[in-house]
Amino acid sequence: MSMINDRIRLYRRSRTSPFSGFDPVLLISVLILLVVGTLLVYSATRQWYAANGLDPQYYLKRHVINVFIGCALAWGVTVIDYRLLRAYTPIVWGVGVLGLLAVLIPGLGSEINGAKAWISLPGGFQIQPAELAKISIIVGMSMLLAERDHSSDEPSTREILQALVVAGVPVLLILAQPDMGTVFIISAVVVTIIAASGAPMRWAVALLLIAVVGGLVATKAGVINDYQIKRLQSFVDPNADSTGAGYQLRQARITVGSGGLIGTGLFNGPQTNGRFVPEQQTDFIFTVAGEELGFVGSAGILLALLLILIRGFAIARKSTDPFGTLVCIGVIAWFSFQIFENIGMTLGLMPMTGVPLPFLSYGGSSMFANMIGIGLLQNIHTRHRG
Amino acid sequence: MNQRSRLTLLVFQIFIISLFLALIGRLFYLQVAAGPKYKDAALSIQSRDVVTLANRGLIVDDYGVPLASNRVGLAVTVNRIKIDQQPDKGVAVLTKIARMLDLKYEDVWQETRLCGELPVGQRTGCWKGSRYQPIPIIRDADPNIALQIVERSTDYPGIDATPLSMRSYPEIDGVNAAHVLGYTGSLTEEDLATGKFYRSETIGKAGLELQYDEYLRGVPGIKTVIVDRKEAVTRTSQNTKPMSGNHLITSLDVRLQASAEAALKDAVLRAKASGYRADGGSAIVMDIKTGRILALASYPTYDPNQWERGLTASQAKALFSEKNGVPALNRPLQGLYAPASTFKALSVIAAKDAGYSLSASYDCPAYVDVGTRRFKNYESKAAGRLSMKKAIAISCDTIWYTIAYREWLKDGGLKPVDPKDYFFNVANGFQISKKTGIDLPAESAGRVPDRAWKQRNWESTKDFYCNYKERAEKKALTPFLIQLARENCIDGMKLRAGDAVNFAIGQGDTVLTPLKMAQMYAAIGNRGTIWQPTIAKAIVTTEGRILKEFTPQVLGTIPADKETLDFLHAALHEVTISGTAAGVFSGFPVPVSGKTGTAEVFGRNSDGSKKDNTSWFASFGPTNNPRYAVVMMVSQGGFGASTSAVGVRRIYSTIFGVTGNKLDPAKALFPSSGPPTKLPIISPATKPKNPNESATVTR
Repeated sequence: MSMINDRIRLYRRSRTSPFSGFDPVLLISVLILLVVGTLLVYSATRQWYAANGLDPQYYLKRHVINVFIGCALAWGVTVIDYRLLRAYTPIVWGVGVLGLLAVLIPGLGSEINGAKAWISLPGGFQIQPAELAKISIIVGMSMLLAERDHSSDEPSTREILQALVVAGVPVLLILAQPDMGTVFIISAVVVTIIAASGAPMRWAVALLLIAVVGGLVATKAGVINDYQIKRLQSFVDPNADSTGAGYQLRQARITVGSGGLIGTGLFNGPQTNGRFVPEQQTDFIFTVAGEELGFVGSAGILLALLLILIRGFAIARKSTDPFGTLVCIGVIAWFSFQIFENIGMTLGLMPMTGVPLPFLSYGGSSMFANMIGIGLLQNIHTRHRG
Repeated sequence: MNQRSRLTLLVFQIFIISLFLALIGRLFYLQVAAGPKYKDAALSIQSRDVVTLANRGLIVDDYGVPLASNRVGLAVTVNRIKIDQQPDKGVAVLTKIARMLDLKYEDVWQETRLCGELPVGQRTGCWKGSRYQPIPIIRDADPNIALQIVERSTDYPGIDATPLSMRSYPEIDGVNAAHVLGYTGSLTEEDLATGKFYRSETIGKAGLELQYDEYLRGVPGIKTVIVDRKEAVTRTSQNTKPMSGNHLITSLDVRLQASAEAALKDAVLRAKASGYRADGGSAIVMDIKTGRILALASYPTYDPNQWERGLTASQAKALFSEKNGVPALNRPLQGLYAPASTFKALSVIAAKDAGYSLSASYDCPAYVDVGTRRFKNYESKAAGRLSMKKAIAISCDTIWYTIAYREWLKDGGLKPVDPKDYFFNVANGFQISKKTGIDLPAESAGRVPDRAWKQRNWESTKDFYCNYKERAEKKALTPFLIQLARENCIDGMKLRAGDAVNFAIGQGDTVLTPLKMAQMYAAIGNRGTIWQPTIAKAIVTTEGRILKEFTPQVLGTIPADKETLDFLHAALHEVTISGTAAGVFSGFPVPVSGKTGTAEVFGRNSDGSKKDNTSWFASFGPTNNPRYAVVMMVSQGGFGASTSAVGVRRIYSTIFGVTGNKLDPAKALFPSSGPPTKLPIISPATKPKNPNESATVTR
């Protein structure tokens, strides 16, 4: 009897509506952020493009397309059987690594802000393989650490080392671009997944140490470019570089601060319209929210982002198999660190790195990756409810 | 999930939530706590004020003749933004333009640097405005050169020529009036810190321009535009039209001012020709029925237009050079001089108060011994027994030594008991130690060296005199000076007999300004009223509406009864009939009353020569119905009569219409009713057009 009921339930879940069985809070939070992000991207680019004789809706149109593609990807990832997902993971990983190799090949990869992180496609589109690499790392590591060939609670050293190789290869390639913001986020994700997998704490501690020492060595050895050191310096002393990174950070802070409690109203921010903050539709999108929506609106965005993470934690707890839990935790860690890095940078709490704000920033690759991440959370949720 | 994984998850969740709390806290700080600060910062990033300067109001005389007006000059300006974008930072074009305008490249470079760009101490001449404003390097360029710059603008990148409203002192009838009018100039950092002004504004810096600046200045038109990162204007947030400044109508009369200046200059030059140093002088004409100033001249003077042309360093230095007689000093109200015999008019009042008859006769011996000191009459001549009137006319000193010494003894001498101090009381009744309160900045107050002053003076100097041997310079350590210092230390607060007798003839520590002298003689002439001297009569708008009228204020009444005033009017007239000024006023068809003064000055000039006497003539006229007080003073000018009285006669000639000894009432400056009381109409023709079509931009 109960078996029949289960079957009926499963049947309904898979047949009645494409959204049935989704976590509603997660779904609504993401949709709200996507709408707000679209408005912010439009506000950030509208006036400047019009003033320079270009189509004011150029970015808006592209962003809307990205949003729809992202939603489709999320839906696809949600409804896919995740055994299939596991089967595809090695391929996704391999494609990601190839992409990361490709950006380093002169002529193929294009350099923006000192980092070779993009592959140019016809039609003015660009893809950023590092964004997709994040997903393959999370899923790949979770696979290796969750499927054990022994009955112990802890993953074996061999499994941990395999997982580290899965993460390490892309990280080294991203380091070569160099995109320190993404390296930082992936490193934090790796440490979090290792710690959550039940591996002995010494692993997590050791990895943290390696990350810190590696960072220092990279600075000394010149792996980190001059512009990155400048960005770091301007974080310590915002007046050190008044035209470059220091300028951006100060402008960002002024723009956010000038929004006050309720902001200037959407499309009415003079700082935003004057485009005093560079990259304001991508990495500095939060300044637009700060100025035009004020503390009320910006804090609202932070709350919506936090809701997604809290739902992620709930799904991770409810997941009945270790693979689902680890993927959830990986996605949460990725989102959290990227949100903290991006907004922290805008508010002057973190050094300047070029990472976009999930769900809000303009940028296809990032949007697709984020939405796939959401799809993974929903997928795990639909399969392991109650 | 095992227990440990759940714990890890919980710790991780708490960690993430605290990261978000940190973000929200920071967001709250930036937007709510520090929000206003960032709002200001954002505003200064986005907004540019385009300032259209207002026309400054005119300053006119009692008949509406302009003393200060505006004219259009052609300014050659440098655009720093464009200059800085050139590969050589504009060196070539600045060199070229400097050669064309006959300026030094170094000066042009200096003038186009923002003050903040230069190290402290090397900022002379730097630009006080902002980078976004065209910087004028010359305000009054040759139109041909200006035209060349405009026409061939590609040859002069970053250089422009634009019409600019300039303050102009038209010097109608040769009038200078530099000290009264003052001048205008650009703002200092301190002015800017008050927040009342815009950077490119010009404000009054001295004289009437400073005193009535708030009325004259007007309100600049402000257009606030919002710009983007490329400095392209995105919208206009505020737009107000400039409001012209209001006009100031003064009681000065251009013809009389010019006459007073000429008479003063002539007096100084005559004194120099007679071998006196004659380093400066003052001439003042006051309406004694109202206290209004009709003319106020100071010598040496300077060109009031030199500021607008651009003051050079050597011109600035010359203004304060001792060798040139410190032209910047406004002697009528800033110079302090001993009044000498002009003071005897006050001594008459004091003597009357002390019970001396004004109709009695008094001895005028060659000298009077006061204690151990011998006080000599002028040129040590005895004049025998004289009526008081005659004694005033010929300016006998010894009469006053005798009376003042006797009164000092009556007051208890060095051990005063309830002193009457008739002489000091009269001087204080004339408010000598107070400022006259004229509507010009930086007036000095005179000094009455009475007992209270002696006490204060002793308290502030006793430390020096009581430690004289340690404090004084080596060469000042003569036995005489050491003895003097000891006396000063012990009883320097005491009023000595010498102080009392010197005071009665206006010598010793008594000093006052020529303006105070005019106020005093005006009060004698009008039989008692001490007026606050005023120059401003009214402020009128450019449409002719009266905004504010200035009514003269009465400051007090002099302590003299009718009999004494009758006596003074007669005795001071006698001065010009049979007295010290008889020769000067011989044949003058209008009766006037006055008093000469020849003040001894102690101390030496910077070249070591002994200082010459101060020449005074203080007067009012006509004697029978006094209307004007005229005072002239020439420092180091020698005799009162031969230097100053001659100048005063010239001024009276202008007022009454006298040529030689012939009176022609038709040539008189004013009708018999006196200076005009009706305000003049400032014709629309004098209303200047606004040349500031090229507005300037400031942050």
